Amino acid sequence: MSKTDKEPLFSGKNIKLLSTPLNDENPITVQVLGICSALAVTAMLEPAVVLAVAVIVVMGAANVIISLLRNTIPSRIRIIVQLVVIASLVILVDQVLKAFFYDVSRQLSVFVGLIITNCIIMGRLEAFALGNKPWPSFLDGVGNAAGYGWILIVVGFFRELLGSGNLWGYPVMETLGVYNFGYEDNGFMILPPMALITVGVIIWVQRSRNRKLIESQ
Amino acid sequence: MKDSNTYIFLYASAMVIVVAAVLSTVATLLKPYQDLNIEMAKKLDILRSVEKAERVAEVDDRNAYIDGEYERYIVDSYVINHLGEVQEGIDAFEVNVREENRKPVDQRNLPIFVARDDDGSENFIIPVYGRGLWGPVFGYIAFEDDYNTIFGVIFDHEGETPGLGAEISTPAFENQFKGKKIFDDAGEFVSIDVIKPGTVPLNEHRVDGISGGTITGNGVDAMLEDTLGSYVAYFRKQKNVNHE
Repeated sequence: MSKTDKEPLFSGKNIKLLSTPLNDENPITVQVLGICSALAVTAMLEPAVVLAVAVIVVMGAANVIISLLRNTIPSRIRIIVQLVVIASLVILVDQVLKAFFYDVSRQLSVFVGLIITNCIIMGRLEAFALGNKPWPSFLDGVGNAAGYGWILIVVGFFRELLGSGNLWGYPVMETLGVYNFGYEDNGFMILPPMALITVGVIIWVQRSRNRKLIESQ
Repeated sequence: MKDSNTYIFLYASAMVIVVAAVLSTVATLLKPYQDLNIEMAKKLDILRSVEKAERVAEVDDRNAYIDGEYERYIVDSYVINHLGEVQEGIDAFEVNVREENRKPVDQRNLPIFVARDDDGSENFIIPVYGRGLWGPVFGYIAFEDDYNTIFGVIFDHEGETPGLGAEISTPAFENQFKGKKIFDDAGEFVSIDVIKPGTVPLNEHRVDGISGGTITGNGVDAMLEDTLGSYVAYFRKQKNVNHE
């Protein structure tokens, strides 16, 4: 026990908690969790970024709270406790957005509330925060949320760029003048199925670069 | 001990009380900010429907700018009923369009805002409210002083699909409405139809819908029919259409 007390904040083990969810154990591309929201909010870049940030906040905080409470939570109602913690944090985020980032909150609308249903969050509470100390739990939460977030942002980037020719609402394709050469926006990119296919392409690229993710026959 | 029923009951009760206290405190503390945001968003929407407050993204003090523009251009407002009679003693800005929309037409309070431009020309702005695919769609429609030609519109929504239904709040969709008319040549109310692009030719009573946003488009269509319809009596009175 005394060994863990002396462990530096960013020890190799802790860094790993932060970094493996970005790649080797990515919640979306490897564990295939949280797909539903990844499909719903990625038609444009801005909501994808804001939702990624919101999930990082909620997940980091939820993991810390559950980790602090882990020795007091009765195991028979632990799922309910986790839900209450997540739901309260999501409501807080929603209220703060409404007070200080009104325009963004109007854009995101129901999606903020849908963070509650994000299976990654409860998965991490159940799998990690219930059995670990607050600091590693915090890193684990932030790492997993960031692993979820960067996929969201990449998908949002390509869907908005190819689907509506914009990035963050700025008309990129029009500025580049590619419409004059007969280029047309691919409206299909905006539809949810293309989010699935984009995620599929990311998984493909990731696995061809990171061979250990490929299941052996 | 940790799994005894008593402990679980106490734990759950304590948790609920703590959470309720935290959330209600935060909600109460943030409410003034949220209310101000809502008021400013409403003023901005009204101003944008007559192409005012367009530098809102550039100014430093956003709220002061919106207030200033509102004071300058929105010169009057009043509330009417479906028969076109002016209702005394009701502040048009305070009318909750969402609540009014739930009532039967003959009980609704219908607000009108009057905008006067620097050159003296007047526009009449009415709020509209309806249902899209996932939630409410709403906006403001500014008419020219013939109570027939649309000067400009602003639409917004709570949760339409980004890139599809949500496109109703983009200039590309909104600008189509400019110059459209809600009465035909015979003076009959025809509203503005949102149609599937390419199915029927466009005319002065039709605008193109959004590909992939059909249900939201239908919602806008129904919203216009419903809300504009409730103002028809008043508009008729004002413009004295000649039927000969």
